[in-house]
Amino acid sequence: MFKYFPHTNEDIHQMLEKIGVKSLDELFSEIPSEILLNRDYNVPSSHSELEIYSHINSLTAKNTQYTIFRGAGAYDVYVPSIISYLTSRQEFLTSYTPYQPEISQGTLQYIFEFQSMICELTGLDVANASMYDGPTATAESIFMATSVTRRNKVLLSSTLNPRVIEVVKTYAKYKGINIEMINEKNKVLDFEDLQSKLDNDVAAVVVGYPNFYGILEDHDKVRNILTNKELLIMNVEPRAMSVLKTPGEFGADIACGDGQMLGIPLSCGGPYVGFIAAKDSLLRKMPGRICGMTTDVDGKRGFVLTLQAREQHIRREKANSNICSNQSLMALHTVIYMSLMGKKGLQEVSLKSYSNAHYLHDELLKTNLFSKITDEEFFCEFVLRYHGDAKELEQKLLEHNILGGLVLDNNDILFCVTEKRTKEEMDYLVDIIRGDQ
Amino acid sequence: MDSRLIFEKSHKGRFAYSLPKQDNYLEIPTKFKRTSSLNMPEVSELDVVRHYTNLSRKNYGVDQGFYPLGSCTMKYNPKINDFVASNPSFTNLHPLQPAESMQGALEVYYKTAKYLAEITGMDEVTLNPYAGAHGELVGLMIMKEYHYRRGDYKRTKVIIPDSAHGTNPASVNVAGMEVLEVASNPDGTVNIEDLKAVLSDEVAGIMLTNPNTLGIFEKDILAIKELARQYGALLYYDGANLNALLGITRPGDMGFDIVHLNLHKTFSTPHGGGGPGSGPVGVKKELAELLPNPRVVYEDGKYQIKYLPTAIGQISNFFGNFLVVLRAYTYILTLGKENLKYVGKLAVLNANYIKESLKDYYQVAVPGLCKHEVVFSGLKSKAVSTLDVAKRLLDYGYHPPTIYFPLIVHEALMVEPPETESKEILDGFIETMKTIAKEAIENPELLKTAPHNTVVRRLDEATAARKPILKYQDIINN
Amino acid sequence: MSKVMEGLKYTHSHEWVKVENDIALIGITDYAQDSLGDVVYVDAGEVGMIVEKDEMFGSIESVKAASDLFSPVSGEIIEINQEVIDNPELINEDCYANWIIKVRMSNQEELNELMDASEYQEHLE
Repeated sequence: MFKYFPHTNEDIHQMLEKIGVKSLDELFSEIPSEILLNRDYNVPSSHSELEIYSHINSLTAKNTQYTIFRGAGAYDVYVPSIISYLTSRQEFLTSYTPYQPEISQGTLQYIFEFQSMICELTGLDVANASMYDGPTATAESIFMATSVTRRNKVLLSSTLNPRVIEVVKTYAKYKGINIEMINEKNKVLDFEDLQSKLDNDVAAVVVGYPNFYGILEDHDKVRNILTNKELLIMNVEPRAMSVLKTPGEFGADIACGDGQMLGIPLSCGGPYVGFIAAKDSLLRKMPGRICGMTTDVDGKRGFVLTLQAREQHIRREKANSNICSNQSLMALHTVIYMSLMGKKGLQEVSLKSYSNAHYLHDELLKTNLFSKITDEEFFCEFVLRYHGDAKELEQKLLEHNILGGLVLDNNDILFCVTEKRTKEEMDYLVDIIRGDQ
Repeated sequence: MDSRLIFEKSHKGRFAYSLPKQDNYLEIPTKFKRTSSLNMPEVSELDVVRHYTNLSRKNYGVDQGFYPLGSCTMKYNPKINDFVASNPSFTNLHPLQPAESMQGALEVYYKTAKYLAEITGMDEVTLNPYAGAHGELVGLMIMKEYHYRRGDYKRTKVIIPDSAHGTNPASVNVAGMEVLEVASNPDGTVNIEDLKAVLSDEVAGIMLTNPNTLGIFEKDILAIKELARQYGALLYYDGANLNALLGITRPGDMGFDIVHLNLHKTFSTPHGGGGPGSGPVGVKKELAELLPNPRVVYEDGKYQIKYLPTAIGQISNFFGNFLVVLRAYTYILTLGKENLKYVGKLAVLNANYIKESLKDYYQVAVPGLCKHEVVFSGLKSKAVSTLDVAKRLLDYGYHPPTIYFPLIVHEALMVEPPETESKEILDGFIETMKTIAKEAIENPELLKTAPHNTVVRRLDEATAARKPILKYQDIINN
Repeated sequence: MSKVMEGLKYTHSHEWVKVENDIALIGITDYAQDSLGDVVYVDAGEVGMIVEKDEMFGSIESVKAASDLFSPVSGEIIEINQEVIDNPELINEDCYANWIIKVRMSNQEELNELMDASEYQEHLE
């Protein structure tokens, strides 16, 4: 009949006979005739494999791959080839959520390893596996905070990634949570503004680390004034936590974010993977899947989904979150990445990005075409103010097959340098900007 | 089989990566430097390959065998979809590239949305939601916002039948609305009289799964639509079971205003052990301006990315799970209009064939024809529980059906045999189910202690929840 | 067949009350623990919390279910049974010996609205 349909006419005939109906149409006899489609869908005709390839080739010709100096929430990182080789094994790729633990130990164990690695990076006690992306993980984190504190206001730093802010605002608006923005001052959180906004209704303060501008803000100061049960929620880039002071060390209650830098390709924005890690005391408020270790009837080690009474399929309208399908395979992707890199590798890529970014930062300043707008420490992204028209510069770079930094207001440009950029690529970028190429 | 964690295979000094040489790295300023130790696995490349290859062998996927998991539509996941989705021209695209430089990707997004709008009978579709439940949430935000913008502030309640998936009421709660649960008829369909009793000018919408979770088509759907219109409520279609109706009828034609789909069910993208999925949301024209940002539009001869001020806002980082969308796009093109129209028919044929073949051994929950899935209410003999039957199926190499759902069926056993399964596969499953029914009478102990052949046997879930061990660090600290 | 203890008061939501002067010891019934299955977690609010009759004060979770706990009487929670919090399986082992909270009642008249053992037995049937 068709390559994905195994039914022969003889099969269909025999099966209809067993059922006791005369035709396939009769299987739908209860459907009111006025809503029957009675026509083909208005979509293209069936494509053979060769036709698919030639069509896809016509599409890929319309995409451009650049040398990328842009981050802002999606990073051009090194992706070891082994990862997709392993994640495309059908046992991982084509299996369902591990509700039957006896035949899902593979999925369950990597979830457990994911939780372990996220806890290790963030310095917190418990992690789930997994959330959709960084922004939705942040929104779910504020639900945890309002639920545990029974308060209804959340303060967001204006220095968070604007897409995190947008998504959190959307979620909060419908859930009925009040969001107040904490102003920024020279690209960092305005501490006095934060102080003035704290009151007895504040459930949590959400900050970025590194923040949207790549800046490392000193959140000890924030932690120290949260003395009235407010939670500190840190939206972090987890890979950098291999070298940076962790949310645990800052005394944060929740760390959340996007795991894309843990070896996930850019993929036009997804799939990536979100995560939430928290202090032990917040375990029962965590959304999503959590895997625990236990034993089977023979005393053998095994893994199961646990604490499921938190989740929608049991708690229904009383559940704190509605998440069901998540980004499990992408969690596996990051687990394999972290296993390959290990302690040394994670630290090396982080320091490489950090060092590269600082090199480019200094080289760009040397052109005298940019000026600094802040003296704060930064990680692998930084903002410089361009003396010319930043949009024109962006266009010029594209013509040289370079995706430059993200253009912000006032001709400010947010550059990003990952471990993938070589000295030659950075020098070439500077040359073009200077007009030497 | 080895059940050590990758951490437990660690040997100090091993590593499995290579980076271009660099002489020296800058130091992180002390104030921001990590001071705690970092305990990550230190293993060789082959260690990693073996570890995860062996882990995969403890799983069960669709490529291995029949996966009749009800409500999950575990159909064959075509390999060409994955091949296309691994094309570097897509995987290397930065989501914040200028639209002109990613016309191919935007075309995929735009056309997939168009095709899905046609297939569901809706006017516009967003592909930004990451999963079915995410789609539900987005659909409900749209519902709430629609009433709110009309100044109809009192509409805060959503009617949901008690046979619904748990995500429905949970999504209503997250969207800041209130659930009005209505008891269903014994076949899971909406009881029109009960529906009338709860309808009021406070109802924002009615959320239905059609066919419902008992695999039964909501034959009063047009009457429900009239009632909804009369009371000013919107109709929401949970697309979890759309596979049954592919080619037959469209939610838009049934009168639904908002639809979400699961590309990882109906449109063949792999489940990935729990995700990534994709949960597109389609709406009728009057609601289209509310769809979340970013939007992909076709204007002036090119695809463009738009942020509309009328939208409910943003609900995802970028364009959702783009590579999943790309797989579904490939699937739709591969089947084309000539084959899409048979999906529902063959899926429903398969389900009824199983129903007829097993009805003497397992209690059919609803007599008559079912749609894409059949729900049994346990063994006719009642010799053992549904759980025992499911666990015994593991010994025979099958993934068990969904069990204990829907909640309104006692000892529920929900079998969904998608259209990609052949008669021989179904016959094999039927024979095994009959054998198990006989074993249940002759040797119930065998079932109660099943599975016997799996890498682990029944696990102690109570202890796992009472004394949670949730990370490697908990093991070494114990 | 669920066990019902003589001398206790019962609610429709399957809590039991044992009265000691103005103190009410509150737990869940055998029917409740049996329908829940293996109890894995008990959240019993906080000492000092003021509860109203029929108001939710906590929740109880098993592997496959979750259920809210409602106070049969009004008053102040004066003690929480830490042993039950630490070992929730005690509820399955003997639900009548293991109370969950103690409430100092503010209105003992409310006790009259509760069922006695035989009424509860009838309610179960």
